[in-house]
Amino acid sequence: MSPRQKRLSLILLGLALLASAVALVLSAFRDNLVFFVTPSEIAQGKAQAGRYFRVGGLVEAGSIQRGPDGITVTFRITDTAHALPVVYRGALPDLFGENQGAVAEGVLRPDGVFEAKKVLAKHDETYMPPEASHAVDQAQRAAQSLKE
Amino acid sequence: MLAEWGQVLLAQAIAVAALQVFFGLAGAQRGRVAWMVTARRAALAQGAVLATAFAVLIALFLRSDFSVALVAQNSSTLTPWFYQVTAAWGNHEGSMLMWAVALAGWSAAVAWRSQALTEAMRARVVGVLGLVSFGFLLFLTLTSNPFSRLVPAPEQGRDLNPLLQDPGMIIHPPLLYMGYVGTAVTFAFAIAALLSGRMDAAWSRWARPWALTAWLFLTLGIMVGSWWAYYELGWGGWWFWDPVENASFIPWLVMTAFIHSIIVTEKRGAFRAWTVLLAIAAFSLSLLGTFLVRSGVITSVHAFASDPSRGLFILGLLAVTVGVSLALFAWRAPMLAGGGAFGWFSREATLLVNNVLMSAAALAVLLGTVYPLLMDALGLGKLSVGEPYFVAVFVPLMTPAVFFMAISPFLRWKQDDWRRLSKRLVLDFVVTASAALALLAAADHVTLRAWLGLWLTLWVTWGSARLLWERLQNRAEGQSISERLSRIPGSWWGMWLAHLGVGVFIMGATLLGAFEARLDVKMAPGQVAELASYRFRFQGVEEKPGPNYTAMRGTIVVTTADGKPVAVLHPEKRNYHFSAMPMTEAAIDTTWRRDIYVSLGDPVNENEWVVMLFYKPMVLFLWLGPLLMAVGGAVAALDRRYRRQRAHLAVPAGAVGVRV
Repeated sequence: MSPRQKRLSLILLGLALLASAVALVLSAFRDNLVFFVTPSEIAQGKAQAGRYFRVGGLVEAGSIQRGPDGITVTFRITDTAHALPVVYRGALPDLFGENQGAVAEGVLRPDGVFEAKKVLAKHDETYMPPEASHAVDQAQRAAQSLKE
Repeated sequence: MLAEWGQVLLAQAIAVAALQVFFGLAGAQRGRVAWMVTARRAALAQGAVLATAFAVLIALFLRSDFSVALVAQNSSTLTPWFYQVTAAWGNHEGSMLMWAVALAGWSAAVAWRSQALTEAMRARVVGVLGLVSFGFLLFLTLTSNPFSRLVPAPEQGRDLNPLLQDPGMIIHPPLLYMGYVGTAVTFAFAIAALLSGRMDAAWSRWARPWALTAWLFLTLGIMVGSWWAYYELGWGGWWFWDPVENASFIPWLVMTAFIHSIIVTEKRGAFRAWTVLLAIAAFSLSLLGTFLVRSGVITSVHAFASDPSRGLFILGLLAVTVGVSLALFAWRAPMLAGGGAFGWFSREATLLVNNVLMSAAALAVLLGTVYPLLMDALGLGKLSVGEPYFVAVFVPLMTPAVFFMAISPFLRWKQDDWRRLSKRLVLDFVVTASAALALLAAADHVTLRAWLGLWLTLWVTWGSARLLWERLQNRAEGQSISERLSRIPGSWWGMWLAHLGVGVFIMGATLLGAFEARLDVKMAPGQVAELASYRFRFQGVEEKPGPNYTAMRGTIVVTTADGKPVAVLHPEKRNYHFSAMPMTEAAIDTTWRRDIYVSLGDPVNENEWVVMLFYKPMVLFLWLGPLLMAVGGAVAALDRRYRRQRAHLAVPAGAVGVRV
C-alpha cells in the first residue's frame, strides 16, 4: 500500500470505529431513558404498567407503614392532588419522612401499586428534590386553574 | 474588619490578574521582555494575594465570626476545629475561592518554574492563565462573594452539612480542584501554541509533566470522592454514574486521551492539532463540570444553593472559552498539521485507538449527563438516564481500550511487524482467557461480565510482567539487575505503574461485582444473621453523645461461621443538633481481601432495628488501582528528562518544530 492508501484506510478504520461507538451509544441510550411522572399523571393513566420510571412528590402524612419483616415499607407519594401507593424493600434514606419530598424509581404493578427499586430523598433539610417540588407545583397549578 | 480585608484582597487579585493578562499577552506580541517579566511577577503576586484571602476566610471560620454569612451558614461554635477549617470550602462560595486559589497556585508555579520555555511562550501561558483567573474572580465577587456580611449576626451558626463532616471531605475538594484547575494550565499551553503558531517537541516535553500532574490530581480527587461515597453515604456503592461524579469523570477521560496523544506529538510530531483540541476540550469540560455541580441544576450534596445568576455566569464563561478557543483553533490549527506517517501495526496506531475510545467514552458519558438537563431546560419533559446506560456503553468502549493498552508498549513506532509479535500475542490471549475461565469455574461463578473483567485483569498484569522482563533483557551484558532497573526512565515507570493500576482496578471492580453479598434484616438484641460465611450478632443500640451530635450507636459482633472473632463494629445513626439532620455512619472492617460493611437502617420499634450487612470482597483494590495510576503519573511527571531539558534548551527550540 502506498502511504496515501495507508492513511486513507486508517481514517476509514477510525470512522468505522466511531460509527460503531455511536450506534452502541444510541441503542443503549434509547433503552435506558427513565421518564419522570407525577402521581396525577399516573392517576390519569398516563403511565404504562411494567415500564421503569420515576415518580416524585411528598410522602403523605401517616402513610408510612412497615411490614412484619421490618424491611418492607409501604407509603404514599402525593402531589397534593393524587396519591400513589408505593412499596419498597430495603433501608430508606436518612432524610426520608412524612411531608418530605421524595422520589421513587421503579415499576407500576398492574394492581396500581408502585414497586420502588430505589428511593431518593433530599440531601439536607433545606433542600427539596427538584422533581418532587415540580410534581407538587404542577398539581397545585392544576388545582388553581380548576378553581378559576 | 477581617472580612473587609478579604474583600480588599479579592479586588486586588482582580486588578493583578488584569495586569497579568495585559503584560503577558501584549508583551509577548510586541516582544517586550520587561512586560513579560512583569506578567510573571503579577502571577506570583496573585498567588500570594489569593492565598492570603483564603487564609482570611479560614481565620473567620476558626473565630466563628457569624457576622459573615458564609460562616453563619456553614459552621458553629460546637463544630470541631478541623471541620471549622474544612467548612471554609464545604460550601459554594468558599469552594469557588479555593478554585481561584488553586488556579493562582498553578499560575505562580508556571511563572516560577518554566525557564525551559522561551520568554514569549512563558508570557503567553501566564497571560492566558491570568485571563481565566480574571473571569473566575469576577464570577466570585459578583455572584458568590464569600466575605458577604450577615446583618444582624446570629448568636450561633447552622453548622456544616453533616455529610461533609468527614476526613474524606477534607482532602477530596482540594485534590479535585487541583485537577480541574490543572487542565487550565494545559489549556493555556495549547492557546499559547495557537497564538504563537509554534508547537515543537520542546512544547510537548514541557506541557507533558503539567498535564500529568493535573491528571494525577483528577485521578486522586475522583478516587477519594468515590471512597467517601462508599463509606459515608451508607449504601455500600462506590460509583453511581451520578451527574456530579460524571462531571469530574468526563475531564478525566479527556485528560487521559491528552496525556497519550501528547506522547505521539512529542516523539513523532504527529497528532498536533488533535492534542491542542483535547487540551481545549479538557478545560471546557472542567468548566462545564463546575457549572453542572455549582449551578444547582443537579440535586446532590454539591448543590449547596441554587442561584440562577451563578449558573448563567459560568455558562457565559464557558461559551466565551469554547467560542474563542475554537475560533482560534480553526484559524491556526492548519499550521499545526504534519508529523510522521505510520502504519496499521504501530505504537501510534494503538495510541490513536486509545484516543478515539477515550473521546467516545467521554462523549457518551457527557450525553447521558447533559441530555436530561437539556430536555428539562427546553421544557420537553423530565427524565433521567439510568445507570444501565452508562454500563452498557462504557464496558464495550473500555474493553478494547484496555486490550490495546497492554499491547501498545510492545510495539515500535512508525511500523511494526505483525509476525514478530503475533505468536506470543495469540498465545497470551489463549492462556489468559482460559485461565480466567478456569478460575471462575473453580469459584462456580461463570458470567460474561466476570470473565471479561478477570481476563482483562490477567491480560494487563501478565502484559506488565512481560514488559518489565523484556525491558530488563534488552540491556547490555554485564549490568546488574539494579543497574538495569535504574537505567529505566521515569516516564517508562510511570506508564508501567499506571497501566498496572488499571489492571488492579479492573480486578477489584470485577470481583466485587461478582461476589459481593448484601442482607437487609430486622434484628433484635442477641439475634444472629449469617452472610457469606460470617455470623453477625446484634447487641443492641445505645445513645452516645458526640461534639455536635447525638448518636445512636449499634454494636455488632462479627465472627466466622465456626465462632472465631473477626471484628466488633459500631455503626451509628447521628442526629446533628443544629441542622436537625439524621446521618448514617457505616462501620467497616477492612482487610486486603474484603470489607465487612455494616450500617444501621431505621428503628422498627424500641429495640429492633433494620440493619444492612454487606460482604464486599476486594474493595481495597478499587482504591489501590487509581492510587497506582496517580503514583505512575507522579513518577512520569518527575522524569529527569523533563527537568534536564532546562540545560540543553538554551539552544533555541524549534529545530524539530514547525515555525509559522
